[in-house]
Amino acid sequence: MSEKIVTLSDATFDEHVKASDVPVLVDFWAEWCGPCKMISPVLEEIAEEQAGKIQIGKLNIDDNLDVTRRFDVMSIPTLILFKDGEPVSRLIGAKPKGQLLEEIAQYL
Amino acid sequence: MTERRKVLIIGSGPAGLTAAIYAARAQLEPLVIEGEPSSNSDQPGGQLMLTTDVENYPGFVDGIMGPDLMRIMRDQSIRFGAELRTAKVSRVDLATGPFAAWVGDPAADEPTVEADALIIATGARSLMLGCPNEDRLLGYGVSTCATCDGFFFRDHHIAVAGGGDSALEEALFLTRFATKVTVIHRRDELRASKIMQDRAFANPKIEFAWNTVVTDVLGDTKVAGLRTQDTVTGATSELPVTGLFVAIGHEPNSALFKGQLELRENGYVQTREGTSKTSVDGVFACGDVQDDYYRQAVTSAGSGCMAAIDAERWLEERGE
Repeated sequence: MSEKIVTLSDATFDEHVKASDVPVLVDFWAEWCGPCKMISPVLEEIAEEQAGKIQIGKLNIDDNLDVTRRFDVMSIPTLILFKDGEPVSRLIGAKPKGQLLEEIAQYL
Repeated sequence: MTERRKVLIIGSGPAGLTAAIYAARAQLEPLVIEGEPSSNSDQPGGQLMLTTDVENYPGFVDGIMGPDLMRIMRDQSIRFGAELRTAKVSRVDLATGPFAAWVGDPAADEPTVEADALIIATGARSLMLGCPNEDRLLGYGVSTCATCDGFFFRDHHIAVAGGGDSALEEALFLTRFATKVTVIHRRDELRASKIMQDRAFANPKIEFAWNTVVTDVLGDTKVAGLRTQDTVTGATSELPVTGLFVAIGHEPNSALFKGQLELRENGYVQTREGTSKTSVDGVFACGDVQDDYYRQAVTSAGSGCMAAIDAERWLEERGE
């Protein structure tokens, strides 16, 4: 995994997401989810290309049910973009890179 | 600048990747435009990317996970020199050879790739019900991917719409989580294979709503129930479930070729019987985009092999 991607957990979610100077795109995923694996390389690319403008965070839903429930995630992959600690945009299901970039561009 | 290829393959399910393995081994240096991520089965790797155990693909005594099978096929095609690109074709021009394909802006002057022979393996994607609130609640209880979302319905009563193998496979998978799974089927008998029917009937968590269709999904921010209708009496009722998994069938990904290739009335690409040849000389089709009958991973792979051999011989006959 790219070192520019941060692994989030129930314990560290708030400190990372609330304290971030840049928007944080959180990937709710699990090992057993095919489409999650499909978008993983796309997120790696975005993390490298947009370094400094956006932070990518990954949250394994199997291990972190508190945050998963708090944001009512009922389908994965779900990507939620947080700006100033607040959720501003939500993408459900695997999407092509172009569509992800388009969606986050308006918040950067 | 437009890239030139002997063989272009669009799609990367069992059909596209088998065609790639054969074309690569025939030294045709195929390019595979494999598609882009999605959750509705129109994606790299195709429909098997959304499944769990594949038990009927020969060669795997204990079965294999769908995504694993597709990863192996992909690696196998790369081993022989196929080149794969994660992108989606937005337009094709099949009027004259070489055949042209665009990736990205379909209005661009220059196509992205031109190829002497084209193999179409774009597959099929899940049909949705088309009822009013289905789209709004997609991801909030409505799902097209049981393997992705079953986890969220632990101890819930949920529903699966459909009566084929995919529907029963999803229903059986979902019993790992749900307390009860109601299979809603428009007729009074299933299209699914005997073994899947036996398993579903034997499962105490699965019940059937026969002769029933879903007419709407209820709920404000999450699914709170379904409105259903009896197809015989016309009576409507409500089913108090928190999740709906849609597995009512597939439609071919053939929109790209409309008006350029002969399609059957139901949208599937027409191939000449016993071959992969389409109505355009030099364009071949394989897998679920041309098969509305067998629709199995192994028949897809078999037809992908046919397409590569048909393309190879066609190129040879033209002296290329």
